[in-house]
Amino acid sequence: MKASQVKVCVLRIEGTNCEEESFAAFKRLGTKPEKVHLKQLTGADVSHEEKRDLSDYQILVLPGGFSAGDYVRAGAIFAARMKSKLSKDLIEFIRARKPVIGICNGFQILVETGLLPAMSGVMSEVPEAVLGTNDSGRFECRPTLLRKVNRDSCVFTAKISPDKVSLIPSAHAEGKLMFPLDRSKKIVRELEDNDQIVFKYVDPEGNLAVYPWCPNGSTDNIAGICNREGNVFGLMPHPERVFFRFTHPDWTRAPDGPGDGRAVFESVLEYVTKRL
Amino acid sequence: MADPEGKNTLKALELLGFEGLKDVKTVKVFDIVMDDKSPGEAEKRVDEMCRRLLANPVIHNYSIKIK
Repeated sequence: MKASQVKVCVLRIEGTNCEEESFAAFKRLGTKPEKVHLKQLTGADVSHEEKRDLSDYQILVLPGGFSAGDYVRAGAIFAARMKSKLSKDLIEFIRARKPVIGICNGFQILVETGLLPAMSGVMSEVPEAVLGTNDSGRFECRPTLLRKVNRDSCVFTAKISPDKVSLIPSAHAEGKLMFPLDRSKKIVRELEDNDQIVFKYVDPEGNLAVYPWCPNGSTDNIAGICNREGNVFGLMPHPERVFFRFTHPDWTRAPDGPGDGRAVFESVLEYVTKRL
Repeated sequence: MADPEGKNTLKALELLGFEGLKDVKTVKVFDIVMDDKSPGEAEKRVDEMCRRLLANPVIHNYSIKIK
């Protein structure tokens, strides 16, 4: 499949606000992205022309923002709406090994939907994890540094070297990834064994470090995880905001080249063009 | 879990001169109006609502009160 044939569904509801950057990243790589409202997939209150089918797309993006005003919990409403009418389509999409990425609020949505960590099966009935309030109690908005710890399962990070410290900005108030306290260690070990941990927050030397390097106090410094098959990926920081070098905070001092986030989009595109 | 709203409220209450406060925690209340005839049935349905949307079992406890 050629890049120009790859259709990307950038899914939004009210309160989503990172769809433009996510759209732009995929557009720049020569694919066919489209901003799609959830109603267009569920078929509620839309005309025949507006109606879309999830199975027509090769990549699904849940962009960042404050979907439905973060009411109830961040991502909970979006998740409930997806689960109500789109569960079957989502499960089919994921079983077909098509990639899904959730960034920031998108990650919260994937966790609330039960699509991550998805320790057993494609989608759990109730959430198995949560993105809780940052330890600082504040909205943390600044560049963060990530190191890839995924061995080779995640289709979104194949082109990133494990030695590379990537600068990917964070902007969230609820980014502390947590599991049920009594089983947290066991779950993290299982995630490691399944190669489901993708990115960790690190310091400039690439070592695990506490606040402020880790903006939220996340369990084991985890910034992003994937499902067992590696085609569903969620992370709190925003790779789409550093697609270009000139949106890096040090762009005038650092050598020229692509932005650190670009490799995420290139990796998934390579996967789709070669495998689907 | 951090509770910035609770912490800020505690600070403000102390500034207003209230002494001996140990902690302030915030909770969320959903007032659900339903037309179920049997309280038992209503409680069962609300429990399902908590499980499927209102609470995340990883961090939340919840209780249900039928009026």
